[in-house]
Amino acid sequence: MDCQQVFREISNFLDGDLDPELKRAIEAHACGCHHCEVVVDTTRKTIELYCDGRLFALPLRVRERLHATLRQKCHQKLS
Amino acid sequence: MSETSPRTVEQSESALVTAAKAGSYDAFEQLVNRYEHKIYRLGLNITGNPEDAEDVLQEAFLKAFENLPKFREDSRFYTWIVRIAVNQALMKLRKRRSDKLVSLDDPIEEDGEVIPRDFADWAPNPEQLLGRTETREVLEKAIQDLPPSFRTVFMLRDVDGLSTEETAEVLGLTISAVKARLFRARLRLREELSKVFKRG
Repeated sequence: MDCQQVFREISNFLDGDLDPELKRAIEAHACGCHHCEVVVDTTRKTIELYCDGRLFALPLRVRERLHATLRQKCHQKLS
Repeated sequence: MSETSPRTVEQSESALVTAAKAGSYDAFEQLVNRYEHKIYRLGLNITGNPEDAEDVLQEAFLKAFENLPKFREDSRFYTWIVRIAVNQALMKLRKRRSDKLVSLDDPIEEDGEVIPRDFADWAPNPEQLLGRTETREVLEKAIQDLPPSFRTVFMLRDVDGLSTEETAEVLGLTISAVKARLFRARLRLREELSKVFKRG
């Protein structure tokens, strides 16, 4: 296992989408390789940052407009 | 649809779809409540424009409302509404970039292997390093710099939580194409964020 192999598999590694032997080999390499450890950790952190729902919150005004439009549509359908 | 049917709390998605199809507006509204934030965020990140994202949100749920009787339930409602929203968002993007063809199934550009270049540790709490507004700006800038095909796959897989298979289904891509785009998107974003969040 070398750094290039770790980089190539990093996405599958983070998704847990690797066979156990390859996963163990990457973990063992990353334990002793600071560069790979950093890349794995910061790629994981990248994903976590984008998952923070507070960062891309739906504005209240937009939400209210959506619900008003849908209710109006529903009334039209009923009438 | 009736607006007076009893409110059901925490029903499963399929139960809500069944009730909405049977005429319960309350059930449809619960589906909207469940997914509106994700659909808005998806539209915002694909189009990069808050006005377009608002339109995508409106149009996606209006289309879902109108076409609900035709929804065959061979996929989750969420996957269905995501597919509608992605199509709406891509139409917006094409309008804004009339000189460019925006496609999700373009072959990945051959710019060589994606190799990490920045190996600096990040500060322990990067999101606290900057204010929330500034963090948001950094994240938005980084994701907007990705090609639409990478950006959309990243959003669906990592932010909206679709599986690889669902993402492939929604975008009409093969599983290996989804994985390749996701891999490149993640590493490119990491490189960009490293410039801002690295320690020291």
